[in-house]
Amino acid sequence: MNSIVRFGADIDPPPVPAEALPPLDIGEVEVAPAIQADFLCKKYGSQWAVDDVSFVVPSGWTVGLLGGNGAGKTTTIAMIMGLVVPTAGRALVLGHDMMRERHKVLRRMNFESPYVALPSRLTVRENLTVFGRLYGVANVKARIEQLAHEFELEEILDRANGRLSAGQKTRVLIAKALINSPEVLLLDEPTASLDPDRAEWVRSRLEIYRRERGATILMSSHNMPEVERLCDFIIIMSFGRVVAMGQPRELIERYQSENLDEVFIHLARAEQLERADEFARETIAGGSAVERAAPKS
Amino acid sequence: MLDSVGRIAAMTARYCYLLRSSWLRVLELAYWPTMQMLVWGFLYTFLYDSGSKLASTAGLLLGGVLLWDVMFRGQLGFTFTFLEEIWSRNIANLMMSPLTPAELAASLMLVSFVRLVIGTIPVTLLALFLFAFNIYALGFPLFGFFLNLVLTSWAVGLVICGLVMRHGLGAESLAWSVMILLLPLCCVYYPVWVLPAWLQPVAWSLAPTYVFEGMREVLLHNTFRADLMIECLGLNLVYLAGGFATFLLLLRSARYSGTLLTMGE
Repeated sequence: MNSIVRFGADIDPPPVPAEALPPLDIGEVEVAPAIQADFLCKKYGSQWAVDDVSFVVPSGWTVGLLGGNGAGKTTTIAMIMGLVVPTAGRALVLGHDMMRERHKVLRRMNFESPYVALPSRLTVRENLTVFGRLYGVANVKARIEQLAHEFELEEILDRANGRLSAGQKTRVLIAKALINSPEVLLLDEPTASLDPDRAEWVRSRLEIYRRERGATILMSSHNMPEVERLCDFIIIMSFGRVVAMGQPRELIERYQSENLDEVFIHLARAEQLERADEFARETIAGGSAVERAAPKS
Repeated sequence: MLDSVGRIAAMTARYCYLLRSSWLRVLELAYWPTMQMLVWGFLYTFLYDSGSKLASTAGLLLGGVLLWDVMFRGQLGFTFTFLEEIWSRNIANLMMSPLTPAELAASLMLVSFVRLVIGTIPVTLLALFLFAFNIYALGFPLFGFFLNLVLTSWAVGLVICGLVMRHGLGAESLAWSVMILLLPLCCVYYPVWVLPAWLQPVAWSLAPTYVFEGMREVLLHNTFRADLMIECLGLNLVYLAGGFATFLLLLRSARYSGTLLTMGE
């Protein structure tokens, strides 16, 4: 299995050094990828929110899903979670189709998203207890104590969730996402509402968790340094499509940029120009936006 | 099976934590039924004391009020418990957990029952002490009436919850309004024969109609019509199956439309 991460047919697979890939074979048995998206598409009305997205995330990897607002990151993650039914294509987690067999795998995965919250009237301990029991955690009390210690939640365990600061709520949501020690963790902008210091601390916790558990993480983010720090591999989306992918260093070199921020801006502008050009070709006879926008020499 | 029971218990605990978090919420459960009982109780007293010809039927009004409240509060308890998940933006967390739709429905039913007990028992005791109206004197039939009304309320609740999942909080007002639509049709305060002939089959297609007709038989003729209760139970089982199927269909539709992730507040 050489091509670990693959994309739509119109995009060439990037060169991934073989030594960078984790071993996928155990003896004679090939390990199934942790997450697999096959030609995922989602159409809302006449709008394609996600358009032919395919990739594979090997077990134990952290993969970042990048893109501007409306790029399709959240919809892609929602389809992988089975919360949204794809218009076409399929999503597999730990080898199970999330539309048909999600009940077989839900205990082994978890997620965190800024679009969801925990009941505000329940205390942190009550919320974690409920989810611990829903996920069938063997010793919920001990697990909560452990997470409270790891995420410095001891002092707020008996405080109502609604009385926490935004940063504390995010930490509680991440603790909830780890309550069942998931093999697959889906994170939608996990540090969005944290101050830089606390965000860095959470990143460290996530790194430790992945290392100790051998977990697979698929995360979306706008924060490029975060992605550069945490992710083995990056998928950049724009207007519902994958526009680039690769390891962080490799992308920076490929686009001759200083950092991922520049890569992102470069790709976003190129995509916008291409869209404008496409629109002009379709609706206005003659000429293209790119030609018109090009500086006259 | 044990896993399933554990998840239902977890959800039930979640709703009990919520009730425990605010005594005002608990008080509110009994507030509206109590106010309604007081108004109808005083009317009952007036009719009874004034020697009106209507005095003999005053008990029917009070019985109707109490039983109607069982159904109305049962449905509100079911629906509002579910709406708590939408308001707190917790529904995606639940749908991503191993909790199945059937387990969610079972926990909503359990909590609806608990809320109903908290809301109605004090009111029936109030009716006994203030107006000497003892609904428990109905005896065993009361159990049949209660069971059937609660089953209807859960079936209606399932459909409303499905609509809220599919259409968002715009469908929230259905929690209050759907039952009111049934009020004139299921003949809470008057017998079915009062309705126009063309409307009577509609009334008999509604399970609660059998309960209120049964109640009148007990109060007026001291006769328990077991046949009415059995027919009612049969209808309710069909309602419940239909309600759950609708809930599943609307949940599936919500997954297509993508409303599960963005719903709330």
